[in-house]
Amino acid sequence: MSAFLKLLFRNRLAAMGAVVLGAILLLVLVTPLLPLPDPNVTDTSQRFLRPFEAAGHLLGTDHLGRDLLARLLYGTRLSLAVGFAAAVIAAFFGSAIGIVAGYFGRRTDNIIMRGVDMLMAFPYILLALAIVAALGPGLLNALIAVAAVNIPFFARNIRGITVGLAAREFVDAAKLSGKGHLRIILTEVLPNVLPVIVIAMSTTVGWMILETAGLSFLGLGSQPPVADLGSMLGEARAALITAPHTSVVPGLMIFLIVMSINLLGDGVRDALDPRLKSGALSRPRSMTRVDRKGPVREAAQKGLLDLQALETQFHVGARVYRAVGGVDLHVKKGECLGIIGESGSGKSVTALSVMGLVASPPGVITAGAVRYDGHDLLSSGYREMRQRRGENVAYIFQDPLATLHPLYKVEDQLAEAIQSHHRVSDGEARERSLELLRAVRIPNPESRLKNYPHEMSGGMRQRVGIAMALANDPDVIIADEPTTALDVTVQAQILALLDDLRRERGLAIVFITHDFGVVAQLCDRVAVMYAGRIVEEGPTKAVLDAPAHPYTKRLIACVPELGGGQRELAAIPGLPPSVDDLPPGCAFAPRCHKARDACAQGEIPLDGTPPRAVRCLYPEEAV
Amino acid sequence: MGSYILKRLVSAIPVLLGITVIVFLIMAMIPGDPATAILGSYATPENVEKINRDLGLDKPLVQRYFIWLGNMLTGDFGRSFSLNRPVLDEVLERFNATLILAGTSFVLCAVLGVLAGVVSAARQYGLADKLITFVVLIGISVPAFFLGMMMILLFAVNLRWLPVSGMYAIYGGGDLADLLRHLVMPALALAAVATGVVARLSRSAMLEVLRQDYIRTARAKGVPERRVIMGHALRVAMVSIIPVLGIQAGFVLSGAVYIEIVFQWPGVGRMLVDAILTRDILLVQGGVVFVAACYVLFNIAVDVAQSLLDPRIKT
Ligand code: SF4
Repeated sequence: MSAFLKLLFRNRLAAMGAVVLGAILLLVLVTPLLPLPDPNVTDTSQRFLRPFEAAGHLLGTDHLGRDLLARLLYGTRLSLAVGFAAAVIAAFFGSAIGIVAGYFGRRTDNIIMRGVDMLMAFPYILLALAIVAALGPGLLNALIAVAAVNIPFFARNIRGITVGLAAREFVDAAKLSGKGHLRIILTEVLPNVLPVIVIAMSTTVGWMILETAGLSFLGLGSQPPVADLGSMLGEARAALITAPHTSVVPGLMIFLIVMSINLLGDGVRDALDPRLKSGALSRPRSMTRVDRKGPVREAAQKGLLDLQALETQFHVGARVYRAVGGVDLHVKKGECLGIIGESGSGKSVTALSVMGLVASPPGVITAGAVRYDGHDLLSSGYREMRQRRGENVAYIFQDPLATLHPLYKVEDQLAEAIQSHHRVSDGEARERSLELLRAVRIPNPESRLKNYPHEMSGGMRQRVGIAMALANDPDVIIADEPTTALDVTVQAQILALLDDLRRERGLAIVFITHDFGVVAQLCDRVAVMYAGRIVEEGPTKAVLDAPAHPYTKRLIACVPELGGGQRELAAIPGLPPSVDDLPPGCAFAPRCHKARDACAQGEIPLDGTPPRAVRCLYPEEAV
Repeated sequence: MGSYILKRLVSAIPVLLGITVIVFLIMAMIPGDPATAILGSYATPENVEKINRDLGLDKPLVQRYFIWLGNMLTGDFGRSFSLNRPVLDEVLERFNATLILAGTSFVLCAVLGVLAGVVSAARQYGLADKLITFVVLIGISVPAFFLGMMMILLFAVNLRWLPVSGMYAIYGGGDLADLLRHLVMPALALAAVATGVVARLSRSAMLEVLRQDYIRTARAKGVPERRVIMGHALRVAMVSIIPVLGIQAGFVLSGAVYIEIVFQWPGVGRMLVDAILTRDILLVQGGVVFVAACYVLFNIAVDVAQSLLDPRIKT
């Protein structure tokens, strides 16, 4: 609770709302004690006094010479009381209906919810007007109307929660112990829905104050001489032009009340939303933020795509997660490089950093360079990056159902990939899309063009994903676990397809996976990542035959039979370390059976005779 | 698609019937002798006898309901005693004015609200976002009737840019330009709250969508950012925005009652309030049923729009 309040008041606006609302509440509570004139005593000789014009009438007087300040405070009192009463009544009946519907379920539920839906089919004011028309104008009737109109809202919300509760074991247990329905509802269900009822009330009470004020404004609520804020405003309307202050005073008060309730309500909602704390509600920008301290060393070009000492971090609040902690990689034309590691090893972040696709915030590239054909992509801005995305370096992602746009047809998604980089007509783009689908061996490509992603199988979707990556004949394809979401046979087909495409088109492929079997099938070279760094690197066959790092060795031991499909690496005891809290020295030490004191002493270099290298003091094999 | 529309229309029939039942039951709550209650201040002996005959008020409740329903289905909503003309004629005429006002406001709130939300999301935590958030907060907190009055003071009385009230100028008006001049203030005042609500929702819907994987895919293909936002992201965000637009239409329609009073707009809302104050119950009944029915049909249109937008919805 105190954590909640702290969270709430960290939100400055919410705190402001609370203060304003508190002040108003205090004011109306002490109103009867204040030395104010009687709000209903008329004095026509004192009509329409301006604010501060006469002593004793701080805010002036209205069309009957009544003191505006007194009327304002008593009116506010009445408005708040009526709105609050309406909220309580609506919450009581609405919750009762919702609990009954949710608890008994089946027929009862069905009939009640049908009725509720019907009530919700009305624009609220029609219902309120009909009720007032039947009962006659008056504050009490307006209160009843407003409460009645809001009952369905509570009924629906509370029913939803009760349905979930009614299926829980403690309710079953209570039933078995022979308790009556009423007792179960009061002792088991009600305590659990009460917080929700309170929250729902706090979000609607502002509405109800406004609605009752509205009915009074229309002359259907409080009747003279007693006035709430709405009827004050309604009466003042006739003199709007000659004495605007009589309108402004009650109007501003309504505004203040509603705004402070809104602010407070927003604050409560935000404080209850766990996503806000984690910063997960911010949208990623068009390109990962690059914030490198100091210039990047010049380096000789080693491949078509070179990563040089790349560091990518996530900044969440005060915490810094070093997802990629200085990675050097290169891939040549026509070569396939595998990057392997457990989830959380930083392999995907490394891949996404290449084209600035790491979500930012919270991602920041803090050091290093990504060179495409010798040219550092990170020092150019979004414009250039955009032109290279898809055109020079293309991506294939893991789950094609989530990564293909759900509402665009295949042909539109493919054509768009082409037209984002080349000025071609729609017809031409369509032709080319068809060719692409053929190239990835999709049967009936013509009809597939018209499909939406959800109408296709996982394998077909991934073929579309690959076709899209090929759309602009890129030189490098980065495939981020493209087969993980697929079943074994489809996986084999996709791998074969990628291998063929690589040979036909001379593509450089960076293949991210957690499966050594897949690496063995496809990759010329492999880099093993652990806790954001490369721990071993070398030609696939050499690494497979003689793994040098203890981690690699165990990864390979996890694969019973190469190419056998998807497997988790859970067979390695222990968990990878959290990258916001890396131990000094070897990050693998806590899980390593060979670890000695020296392993935790300091930085361990990635060492060996090219093309092999390992980051370990006591490697399994000398490289 | 045609069959989907048909299906939705058929499913609306029980809702429409439900509306008539609810209105009928509310009216049956009126205490005392129904005929005199319904006639209120118009309860002359002839009128009482006529309404007893028309509505079968001496008959049991259920029978009365079906007589009333049958009459309505044949277009007979009864007769307004205060106006001395058929209820349906009056409602249709007034509804036309309301439709112009509420329709304009609805379009305004949809366009401005979504646009503000998109800009706000795309520039999250930027200056534009903060500014929009602030204006939206004011917009959703100021009661429509008060906003309307303040607009009259500023734009009509002080600046003299726009007419104070009414739908057409009394002398020499009547053309479209005249209507538009009269429409500006009430339409804006009415749209304010809904615009704020739509803007807030659009912002959060966009923020949600922009985090999705397919947005990253679009960026990875090199789609220009403007298209990522206005195309890929907005398209999906609309799926959650459209139902809220449907709900907001109800609020716009509700708010129209206040705005029609403030701006003396000759719409159905003002008619209803006048009818309640003169206790012309038949007029209230007919107006409420008619407008509610229109709202139900409008919501079907919203559902259809939704299914056009989202191919995943089974039609
Ligand atoms: S450096 Fe030490 S702890 Fe790390 S893998 Fe090698 S032997 Fe194990």
